[in-house]
Amino acid sequence: MATFRIKRFNPEKQPEPYFEEFQLDIQPGVTLLDCMNQIKWTLDGSFTYRMSCRSAICGSCAVKANGHALLACQRQAEHIVDNDETITLEPLGNMKPIKDLVVDFTPFWDKVNKIKPYLEPKEAPPEKERPQSQEEFLRIDDSSTCIMCGACYSDCNTLEVDENFLGPAALAKAQRFVGDSRDSQTFERVKELSEPGGIWDCTHCGECVERCPKPARPFDRIKEIMTVALEQGVHNNNGARHALSFFNSVKRSGNLNENRIPVESMGFFNISGLLSLLPIGLRMFFKGKVPPIIHHSIDEVDDVKRIFKELDQ
Amino acid sequence: MKFALFTGCVAKGATRELMLSTTKAAEGLGFEFIEMKSASCCGAGVVSEKSPLLADALNARSFSIAEKQGLDIVTICSTCQGTLKKTEAHLNEDAEYKKKVNDILKEGGHQYSGKTRIKHFANILATEEGMARLKERIKRPLTGLKVAAFYGCYVLRPSENSDFENPDNPTGMEDIFAALGATPVYYPSRIKCCGFPIVMMNKPASLDMSGNALLDAIDHGADVVATGCPLCHLSLDSYQPEIEILQKKNNSIPVLHLPQLVALALGYSPSELGMDRHIVSTLKINEILATT
Repeated sequence: MATFRIKRFNPEKQPEPYFEEFQLDIQPGVTLLDCMNQIKWTLDGSFTYRMSCRSAICGSCAVKANGHALLACQRQAEHIVDNDETITLEPLGNMKPIKDLVVDFTPFWDKVNKIKPYLEPKEAPPEKERPQSQEEFLRIDDSSTCIMCGACYSDCNTLEVDENFLGPAALAKAQRFVGDSRDSQTFERVKELSEPGGIWDCTHCGECVERCPKPARPFDRIKEIMTVALEQGVHNNNGARHALSFFNSVKRSGNLNENRIPVESMGFFNISGLLSLLPIGLRMFFKGKVPPIIHHSIDEVDDVKRIFKELDQ
Repeated sequence: MKFALFTGCVAKGATRELMLSTTKAAEGLGFEFIEMKSASCCGAGVVSEKSPLLADALNARSFSIAEKQGLDIVTICSTCQGTLKKTEAHLNEDAEYKKKVNDILKEGGHQYSGKTRIKHFANILATEEGMARLKERIKRPLTGLKVAAFYGCYVLRPSENSDFENPDNPTGMEDIFAALGATPVYYPSRIKCCGFPIVMMNKPASLDMSGNALLDAIDHGADVVATGCPLCHLSLDSYQPEIEILQKKNNSIPVLHLPQLVALALGYSPSELGMDRHIVSTLKINEILATT
């Protein structure tokens, strides 16, 4: 017998959420969604959650189980139950709960709409289809697999502290169009995506990759947009400046010049940005933590320089 | 046990106490760490923003250096570890790509074959042999010290590249703390991001992330946080005074590098381990250890 510890919430009856426990036998092979249905059908009909296809296609049944977002229909309950024979179910994170495990997806969809999730083609519609080579298709194949379940959005570390971040799902969807050979707005797209709240606010935590139930792997897609943004010359922001400074440092010496990177990332004419570096700079200076003023290259740095040259970098 | 030490850039720069304490910990444990002086920066997942192929070629070159020495690589930075493992995965999952990278390396006399394993310092210790060696050589058990691990994202995610058994609920670092005689503190933020990668782009969000983690550790009763990543250390320690101002909360807690904690139990003094170079005072640790 397993314990299902479920976060219940019904603002019409009680202002604060609370946990309620249900006991249920987990039959071999059943999914977590099967268990949720059993609880609803046999123990408490008021238990509320979203579900539809039961086949990991529609993306409706994403919830948090034992602290991490997943698709309830895609995972077997016996693989989730913890050492105490318990499964704790909570609504997805980073969105407001409406009732029990149902959350308000409005900000999620607003952000998806913000990245213009539609093709803006170069020419007028042709008579038939717009063909792509296999290579061109593969560039957008992974992001096309996103089912908008919100699992990545739920566990995103940046969104936990900054609701303005577009988030992994919208950015993965953006890559679907940034990388599309038929789209004409690549520069405009990466320019907008480089604004605050966009690609450079991703903190590289990898949570989205871990929670994504499909091959969409949002962080990998965000990195692809970053590469396009740098290629397209969208450099007037701290994220791009940081990447270029980092890159140039390794190119020059094989390693990082930590004294230059903060200054170059802020930009030489960004007075308030440069001033914001002062407190940490002074603190580190007085503790002897400032990196060596004379920066040393790695041994055999010429081979590193050769590799940069060979790759036209 | 002999390893090729991939120091990473930050251990030679802003957190030189990490390099100092790694040397001491290795000495105390009887490990031989040979510094890879011709290895380049791992790229920290930033060089690959500009050119993924270049980032992989540079890291494959570093692997080749260790292969020539017949050694496995040890890292002392979660970011280096995760970034190197990503390159390793790229090379091993695609033979054509591996050949392309090796063709780039050829002129410099390097080739990657895939013989060298890449392990974080914590992963070396959290083995049966590492634990046995640790227990055997402890001179000053850290009894009474409540230690909260902060893993650093890159060493856990993506999980397919992680050496920790269950990256969603790892116990490797806590097992090490227990072996040192300390009391491990489990708290949800231990596997979260410190925010360092965006400190130049979105400082308030970055500091909120590290501040929330520190508060979580304190709320769960920790005396000290120990991390395997110098970038996390910069976030959690060097930015701590600014975090306190931003969050208007007292979340003051010392933050140690994992090798400092290990070397402390091996009998080295705090000053030998550069613990006086931290922004947040570590004296509280001495006081706790003195009373037990």
